[in-house]
Amino acid sequence: MSVTTLSSPALAQRQPNWIVRLFDYKPFLIAMCLAPALGLLAVFLTYPLGLGVWLAFTDTTIGRRGIFVGLENFQYLLTDPLWWNAVFYSVFYTAVATFGKFALGFWLALLLNNHFPFKSVLRAIVLLPWIVPTVLSALAFWWIYDPQFSIISYLLVDVLHWKSTNIDFLGSPWPARFSLIAANIWRGIPFVAISLLAGLQTISPSLYEAAMLDGASGWQRFRYITFPMMMPILAIVMTFSIIFTFTDFQLVYAITRGGPVNSTHLLATLAFQRGIAGGELGEGAAIAVSMIPFLVFATLFSYFGLARRKWQQGEAND
Amino acid sequence: MTDTVAQGTAVAKAAPDTMAWDSGLRRLMMIYLPLGCFVLILLFPFYWMAVTSFKPNAELMNYRDHNPFWISSPTLAHIKHLLFNTAYPHWLKTTMLVAIGSTTLSLIASTLAAYAIERLRFRGSPYVGLGIYLAYLVPPSILFIPLATVVVQFGLFDSPLALILVYPTFLVPFCTWLLIGYFKSIPYELEECALVDGATRLQILRRITLPLAVPGLISAGIFSFTLSWNEFIYALAFIQSGANKTVPVAILTELVTGDVYQWGALMAGSLLGSLPVAIFYSLFVDYYVSSLTGAVKE
Repeated sequence: MSVTTLSSPALAQRQPNWIVRLFDYKPFLIAMCLAPALGLLAVFLTYPLGLGVWLAFTDTTIGRRGIFVGLENFQYLLTDPLWWNAVFYSVFYTAVATFGKFALGFWLALLLNNHFPFKSVLRAIVLLPWIVPTVLSALAFWWIYDPQFSIISYLLVDVLHWKSTNIDFLGSPWPARFSLIAANIWRGIPFVAISLLAGLQTISPSLYEAAMLDGASGWQRFRYITFPMMMPILAIVMTFSIIFTFTDFQLVYAITRGGPVNSTHLLATLAFQRGIAGGELGEGAAIAVSMIPFLVFATLFSYFGLARRKWQQGEAND
Repeated sequence: MTDTVAQGTAVAKAAPDTMAWDSGLRRLMMIYLPLGCFVLILLFPFYWMAVTSFKPNAELMNYRDHNPFWISSPTLAHIKHLLFNTAYPHWLKTTMLVAIGSTTLSLIASTLAAYAIERLRFRGSPYVGLGIYLAYLVPPSILFIPLATVVVQFGLFDSPLALILVYPTFLVPFCTWLLIGYFKSIPYELEECALVDGATRLQILRRITLPLAVPGLISAGIFSFTLSWNEFIYALAFIQSGANKTVPVAILTELVTGDVYQWGALMAGSLLGSLPVAIFYSLFVDYYVSSLTGAVKE
């Protein structure tokens, strides 16, 4: 601090330089500061977003500029059983995986909120699945789900003798769907748990003391203090989780690539298969655009979650 | 009168009840056992990855004679194959280049943006902040197809530079929000003092705000590094030639060949590809946790 006060008069002496003065002119400085971030976002986010919507109304393919075809792509998608299949699985995948992640993640957060030795080490370990590249852990899951050498089958068949044959995890539609959901839940638990743990730590202990004095049981304390106090952060984390689960790509692409017989396609993998691998950019963009209504719904959910948060905090908090 | 007595007994009952909850066997069953299960399940895939990558092929495919959970004769063959018979070192280098490049770019852009939004306060600055936040909610899955055409238009297809330029679209919103939070925590009085002393705005940013925001910058930096190391869908869509691929994409597209999967090499590749982020992570755990939770709480 003292260094700054000492050196600044000297710096003020050199002020007359016009460049220095230009950079001290506030509107110019604001524009210069915002330019890199807004420029990057405009060129690589906003423009492609608009372009994507435009592409969805054309019949562009790789290497050929398309012409405007109106709603043809969407009309085609509505008659395409594969698209309906992907919509169904995307919704199902998001619903089941989000429920699993939040049930288990909340539980883990409550467990981590207790006092025990090596707590910070444990917290660090718990985040690992979230840190490691998803595709690489997905490969590990692929190997765990191997039809012949699955370690889970080995445990169930040879060690525990609960089953007589190996489980065919990825060979038929429903087991494959649930195997992917399990992998997604595994990857999502740490994020949910650590975010919710941060929320839990902001709840004032005096609330629990007051409730205990009134004779509230453990369940009642959870139901009437923990849960309502966690609602705002739950709403935000859940919105993020829903958006990124619904648009998930990596897990499915790495483990099943949409198979067997296209039963595990999510909208994102279907869009990739049609748009990039198949070259039908227009149709792929239409599939991607068809995700937007779901995402808008999730964002509105977040907005109302935030609104409730303001109301809960009252005027004492800013 | 009776009410108070009833309440008194209820409290008396509640107290031993909580004592029992906190002690002994119950604590073991309710906390340590589920916690143990969680840790076991969350870590098992990594253990399995590590075990597989050091197992010789004979052991890998024979559960009858060898306990699959252990390695009887560990081997480095898979890792040697990976390092000398494939372009793995090159993929690592590309990934590192892309991660460092995009992290630097987005750190610079988002520091300036966060400073403008939080400290230069102009009309509409909250809306710019909100706009950047909304950009974070646009998932890559709906952008990659039009972005692929944009990348081709710019002549960047199949070049790591495309990834360096594109990754900031999801890094900048995140970093900006993180840094706005950090800048908020720095007292404005410090800047006012400097202004009174005749410092220019840029001098204030460089000499006062930035040094105080170093923890925030580290958080944003390591987070961006991890996110760009892990990114998959853009790297898959924009890079075609084998040599320019990033590790996650290359393992999936170059190492998975034919009908017989080289599980040993695949797992060794996954392990090596995860190690840099895992090491990075272990060095900065607290920053990760604070940035993760900070971004959510913001």
